[in-house]
Amino acid sequence: MIFNARYETMPRDELEQLQIERLQSTLNRVYRNVAFYKSLFDEKGIDIENIKNIGDIARLPFTTKEDLRRSYPYNMFAVPLRDIVRIHSTTGRTGRPIAIGYTRNDIHSWSEQVARVLAAAGVTENDFAQIAFDYTMFTGGFGIHYGAELLGASVIPSSQSSNIQRQIRIMKDYKTTVLLSTPGYALRIAGNLKEMGIHPDELNLKTGIFGAEPWGEATRARIEDQLHLSAYNIYGVNEMMGPGVSGECSLKSGLHINEDHYIVEIVDPKGGKPLRPGEEGELVITTITREGFPLIRYRTGDRTSLLEGACACGRSTLRMQRVASRTDDMVVINGINIFPAQIGEVLKKTTSFEPDFQIVIDNHDGEDLMEIKVAVLDNMFDDEVRKLLLLKNGIEAGIERELGTPAKITFVEQETLHTTAGGAIKPVVDNR
Amino acid sequence: MLRVLNLNSGYGKLKVLKGVSLHVNPSEIVTIIGGNGSGKSTLLRTVAGIIRRQEGTILFNGRDISAEQPEKIVAAGCSLVPEGRMIFGTMTVRENLMLGAYARIRGGRHPDMEAELDAAYRIFPRLREREGQLAGTLSGGEQQMLAIGRALMAKPKLIMLDEPSMGLAPIIMKIIFEEIRKLRDAGNTILLVEQNARAALGIADRGYVIETGQMFLEGTAEELLNNNDVQRAYLGKDYKSISE
Repeated sequence: MIFNARYETMPRDELEQLQIERLQSTLNRVYRNVAFYKSLFDEKGIDIENIKNIGDIARLPFTTKEDLRRSYPYNMFAVPLRDIVRIHSTTGRTGRPIAIGYTRNDIHSWSEQVARVLAAAGVTENDFAQIAFDYTMFTGGFGIHYGAELLGASVIPSSQSSNIQRQIRIMKDYKTTVLLSTPGYALRIAGNLKEMGIHPDELNLKTGIFGAEPWGEATRARIEDQLHLSAYNIYGVNEMMGPGVSGECSLKSGLHINEDHYIVEIVDPKGGKPLRPGEEGELVITTITREGFPLIRYRTGDRTSLLEGACACGRSTLRMQRVASRTDDMVVINGINIFPAQIGEVLKKTTSFEPDFQIVIDNHDGEDLMEIKVAVLDNMFDDEVRKLLLLKNGIEAGIERELGTPAKITFVEQETLHTTAGGAIKPVVDNR
Repeated sequence: MLRVLNLNSGYGKLKVLKGVSLHVNPSEIVTIIGGNGSGKSTLLRTVAGIIRRQEGTILFNGRDISAEQPEKIVAAGCSLVPEGRMIFGTMTVRENLMLGAYARIRGGRHPDMEAELDAAYRIFPRLREREGQLAGTLSGGEQQMLAIGRALMAKPKLIMLDEPSMGLAPIIMKIIFEEIRKLRDAGNTILLVEQNARAALGIADRGYVIETGQMFLEGTAEELLNNNDVQRAYLGKDYKSISE
């Protein structure tokens, strides 16, 4: 079903007119209301009047995660704080957190964006939607919740509870038809089903909508096979309000972007040069309806490409490929964002060297397992096994403390680490 | 129906509109709200061709009218009901209405106006009652009805209204706005410029907020009514508790 046919099937020329109008008024507002953008535009000599079509967006400077961290908590808000009705935030595990503010209109338009994505995956008012995303400062739980309610589904806010068996009992008793969670959590549910001796056909699941971590077709096949449902991809970015930027329709050939709310671009992650449809690069998003926390050309760090052309579902919106990786090699392990640089820091602290290393990720019965292969350097290690063991334990403890998730440390020879075609060591080998 | 892109306009060296873009879809009421001197009237007068645009495009049903003469724009189906009504006080109501069909005179052949007169009278029965009366003797509300009726005589596809509430008693204004809503319901397309934001957003489908010649917001009437800036600047929300 198409939730809002007027916008989702809008002819491209009308959509472009709407986008430029909304972009221009967003630029006028951020220039007037957000000191960061006023000084940034002034410094770069940006005259908003020169932004006359969507292509001109490339003349505007980027906004980065660092910019948002520096503005923590409220300096990027474009409205007085009393107009803010909700605040979410990133975890701040990798630096200062980012606070995201929403006005009443923002909450409404966010709900609509999510409702569209759920409707595209076939969710209707007759469904029982079990939301197993975290209901916290994280945007996932509440974002999906409000969208599912707007759609009229019966919402079961079970959250991402660590008690999976209870999650399954709710699912069974309430005859849940739609599961919404991270793909990793869905696999853990599947693993626990086996343990509890429940056959998936004893459940009423027909649709799964998964997001908040990168996942591939192999994982989709596994989830569909083990939970007997049809799995859809939802995409969002905390800084963009949360889930609802885009989602898959029944054809599952790319994620339809809510283009009446966002202008998307793909740029070269190195130089920031705009790339063409089909070319893979970093996703850059500009908000054009947001009141509380508008962002101009925000570098998401997510790697994807855009698909032009009409989709057989009838939507006229651009589609993006699923996000398979990050430009900064961030990986999501059991719901926690991890950057290789963080691991490098721990190694440096505990060994007083900077050895090469590689993160290897596997998934067993829904649980992500992280192994860190550390290359042995000459003079780095003592021959004594006891000392080696102490070092290993020290690194493991440091990793768990700093990253919030355990990892297995193995010492290996430099040559055994996987390299790219160019000979560089791959920071991450993701076997999920 | 109407698509305006990057419009710059003003008076001589005085630049009033700075890169304004907007659109109006068929059968909707779109309102432009903004304070005194924000450029609302300049926008309508530029679309109507009364002021030459300095830059930008104005597409009316796909045709670029940005360099057309005002009478050609009226003939194309885009009529302006100007601020202050601008009716001819020493002519009768009927004569004022017939003037509205002036743009439809082709090669000396006058169109059959009886049908349109009848249509205008059906919308505003008061005008039929006062058909032979001099327009200058009408009340403010009746003059506004006459100004709208005159615009309808041109059989417009788009009716642009500049401050129709100006100088009207609240009860009369309500009647006029109800008629504007009925015009939309009958399939007409309306671009409404109004200082009375509450009344305008009450009947509009969508709206824009213009300040110092630039657009600051676009949205459905509901979204604009819920926007705190709009509430503070145009709906007097923060002062409500003091006055009530």
